Amino acid sequence: MASAIASLAVPDPSHPPVIAARSITKRFGDFEAVRGIDFDVARGECFGFLGPNGAGKSSLMRMVSSVSPVTSGELHIFGMDPATNGPAIRARMGVVPQTDNLDQELTVEENLVIYGRYFDLARSQCRDRARELLDFVKLADRAGSRVEPLSGGMKRRLTIARSLMNRPELLLLDEPTTGLDPQARHVLWERLYQLKEQGVTLVLTTHYMDEAEQLCDRLVVMDHGLIVAGGTPRGLIDEHATREVLELRLAASDRSGVAQHIGDLAVRVEDLPDRVLVYTPDGDEALARLRAAGVHPLGSLVRRSSLEDVFLRLTGRTLTD
Amino acid sequence: MSTPFAIRVWEGQLMTVWRAWRTAVALSLTQPIIFLLGMGLGVGSLVDGRNDAAASLGGLSYLQYLAPALLATAAMTAGSFEATYPVLDGFKWRRTFDAVAVTPIAPRSVVNGLFLWWTTRIVIGSVGVGAALVIIPSTRGWGVPVAMAMSVPVGLAFAAPLAAWTATREDETSFPPIQRFIITPLFLFGGAFYPIESLPLALRPIAWVTPLWHGVQLCRDLTVGPLTLGATLVHIAVVLAWVAAGYLACQITFARRIQR
Repeated sequence: MASAIASLAVPDPSHPPVIAARSITKRFGDFEAVRGIDFDVARGECFGFLGPNGAGKSSLMRMVSSVSPVTSGELHIFGMDPATNGPAIRARMGVVPQTDNLDQELTVEENLVIYGRYFDLARSQCRDRARELLDFVKLADRAGSRVEPLSGGMKRRLTIARSLMNRPELLLLDEPTTGLDPQARHVLWERLYQLKEQGVTLVLTTHYMDEAEQLCDRLVVMDHGLIVAGGTPRGLIDEHATREVLELRLAASDRSGVAQHIGDLAVRVEDLPDRVLVYTPDGDEALARLRAAGVHPLGSLVRRSSLEDVFLRLTGRTLTD
Repeated sequence: MSTPFAIRVWEGQLMTVWRAWRTAVALSLTQPIIFLLGMGLGVGSLVDGRNDAAASLGGLSYLQYLAPALLATAAMTAGSFEATYPVLDGFKWRRTFDAVAVTPIAPRSVVNGLFLWWTTRIVIGSVGVGAALVIIPSTRGWGVPVAMAMSVPVGLAFAAPLAAWTATREDETSFPPIQRFIITPLFLFGGAFYPIESLPLALRPIAWVTPLWHGVQLCRDLTVGPLTLGATLVHIAVVLAWVAAGYLACQITFARRIQR
């Protein structure tokens, strides 16, 4: 745990962090959604918050977006305190909320223009930026259409375009691709990658491990309002999982002896209702040992372990809601 | 900086309702005219024929008595509607206030912007009644525009406290009872259609402490007289007290809701 937190220090100390959080908490009545967490986000990086539903990710994002005040602890964004400099911070930040809150009654372009006006931009400037951003998110041909009939992916892209109207230095995305089809997710990832190339600092929450692996330079895993691990995606896998995972489908009678047959190559064995997972440095060799012992799986798969394995290891397999 | 930001919130409201506007304007113009024809002429012909009519209505014809009062009732209708469903829409369904919350606009400016929007909405309603008052020769006069202007605080006196309440609600279940047990009774018993002296003594204090009766008296006195300084100041004071209390309450409940 100590090493995980230490790895959350900002890589380059000569640049002040964009976000610095020290033991921040958020309480709603008796319920403590965020229970004292620390992290720094450096300029230009993509930082991810992973966690099951109810882990406190959205409460955390609402605090970072300088809308919801921290219950206790210290939070600084761009070196400023949201409690006293909320508007100044929000002026430099873009926010993509978990559920789209576009104005369904307005057209695609009107949504962007109105939003730009909230940032004190002139109308003509709003229209220029709207056109530019609609190109960026590939919605230029829908500028004049109403929001309501757009597909989920289009609405998401529009919400992202809207969050960029003020040319933010920091973009917060709360589950940006939840509910999207694979094509739409990949288009979004491309766009987020381009933004990162342009120097925008990205902070996102997700429960898609592939998304976190694709996009995040560093990430933390949250559970029950606490950070339970943190680091680079690869570092987390190395630290909390083995190099490979052997997935087995076995006859009921073969299940019990797996760990014994594989011996020291089985770092951990997880017996699930539908399959047995063997966490191992060498999946092929583990499988060979099993076969040598006379166990013939109905099906087997050797794969590299992923962030998903880390996630499940750290936050458990129990449904959280 | 709060005024320009409030204007941007108002702009947003305006842009959103722009499409439904023609209907809204048509409604707010036709409704008072229908009331004037139905009640003013229909009921008026019964009332005005009676020997003691002139005395009980302070020397006014029933049309003169009723028409200016509709400025206040229209303002109440517009204000109380705008403060319920559209406000909850901003928090819950359309969630426009959430979208605004992450921009530099502070909750304070959201409230100020809504006040501007409600003012706009009430003025639109007053224009319909005002036009009728100018068309009817017996209510025509320089007091009409002043009474129209006074209908704005009357509408806000309903919009502000109700919106403050709405900001604390998770759903719309309390809105129909508010309409049924507060707005409609005030509409009927607030002195618009007959003097509250006709009401049982026990009911009159309700008229005295709620803003509608004061608004009705104010609009009527300004339009057809007689205007007395003391009564006018009391009416204005009560209405403004409701606006001020409602405004402060909105600032508290909106900030809580937006920042939670």
